[in-house]
Amino acid sequence: MSAPVSLDDGWIDADVAAEFPALRLATAGVSCVPGPSPPGLRAQLRLVSDRMNGAKAIRLRRDPVPSAYRVFYRLVGLDPDRTLVPVEQAALDRLFVGSYHSSGLVEDALLLAVVETGVPVYAVDEATLEGPLGLRPARAGERLGRGQHSGDLPPGRLVVADAERPIAALFGPSAPEHAVTPASRRLRLMAVGVAGVPALHVEEALFGCAEALRAS
Amino acid sequence: MALLELTASAAGSRSVPASRTRVAPAERDARRALGAQIARLERELGELLVTSFPHGGVAAPAAATAPRGHARLLGLGELELLRDELASRLRVARRGLEARGRQQERHRLRLERMLLAPGKHRFETVSNQQLGAGGCGVWQVRPRLGLIGMLAGWWHVKLSSGCPRTTARRTAPGRPGGA
Repeated sequence: MSAPVSLDDGWIDADVAAEFPALRLATAGVSCVPGPSPPGLRAQLRLVSDRMNGAKAIRLRRDPVPSAYRVFYRLVGLDPDRTLVPVEQAALDRLFVGSYHSSGLVEDALLLAVVETGVPVYAVDEATLEGPLGLRPARAGERLGRGQHSGDLPPGRLVVADAERPIAALFGPSAPEHAVTPASRRLRLMAVGVAGVPALHVEEALFGCAEALRAS
Repeated sequence: MALLELTASAAGSRSVPASRTRVAPAERDARRALGAQIARLERELGELLVTSFPHGGVAAPAAATAPRGHARLLGLGELELLRDELASRLRVARRGLEARGRQQERHRLRLERMLLAPGKHRFETVSNQQLGAGGCGVWQVRPRLGLIGMLAGWWHVKLSSGCPRTTARRTAPGRPGGA
């Protein structure tokens, strides 16, 4: 039997926590070898793909979990009509493309988690992290990534950070050096819980994703 | 398959770094109240969109102020602006929905009159879309038996058979011109 998946709650900056008391960054470490998806995961993807249709995509707005993320987007200055919440984006992609195509083990597991639970899950290479992860506003002069092509972060932008530096923008892309690559062997999964999203959903998203990754 | 075991160390690992700025309790309360109002407005807007979608949806105006495109803590003024904007969008959407409802009611009444006295509403039409119903059906007052009905004053209301074909008519294989 492989080691159990351990769930950790990341730290939240005091200002951010005071503004959003229910905000939570749940993380879990999981060992896996990135590569193509196994047949079981592909079948699951086909199943959720077949269950999605236009009416369901419209009704997502009424569902409590996507609706909670829409509210949170508004409260942090994002327009959920322009920057769709991840589950709505996944539904829209499904309608445009016609089905969920397999893009690899990690991508498929993350997609499955968001479609099944409505909770977005992100993955970074755990070997590149320094200390526990948390949420905080970016500081002046901070950049997302280390290379010369790394992007500037506007001060105050909410980021997921380790003890050293920002590793990803909140609900946005991660820095290239923290991204999962074929050489990654241990991933750190992250899910952001907001007010209105039951803790069970966040945990189910992480465990579902971890299970899909470990089953490969 | 290996069983996943929950070993959550949720509460224990939530260490909070020291706060850099302090917000006055009054402002904190104001921000909370604004946040609750924004949440309610956003949910009402979503509900309105979903319920009205089968009848054509609502034309909620786009956000007047362009968001910066990244997540951040909003100032009190920004929250107020956002609340006002959402309230305005909801008001406009509701007004549009009410106007459409009134219009559909008028068309429904017109259809009722057409059905009661077809002879007084010759060749008048009401489409299902005007009634807020789905499909492409059109109610039309037409004479029975064509010219004879027109001369004899025999009028009735007919519902057309639906949406026109969007693709070319398929010809059965084996028939002349078939594939």
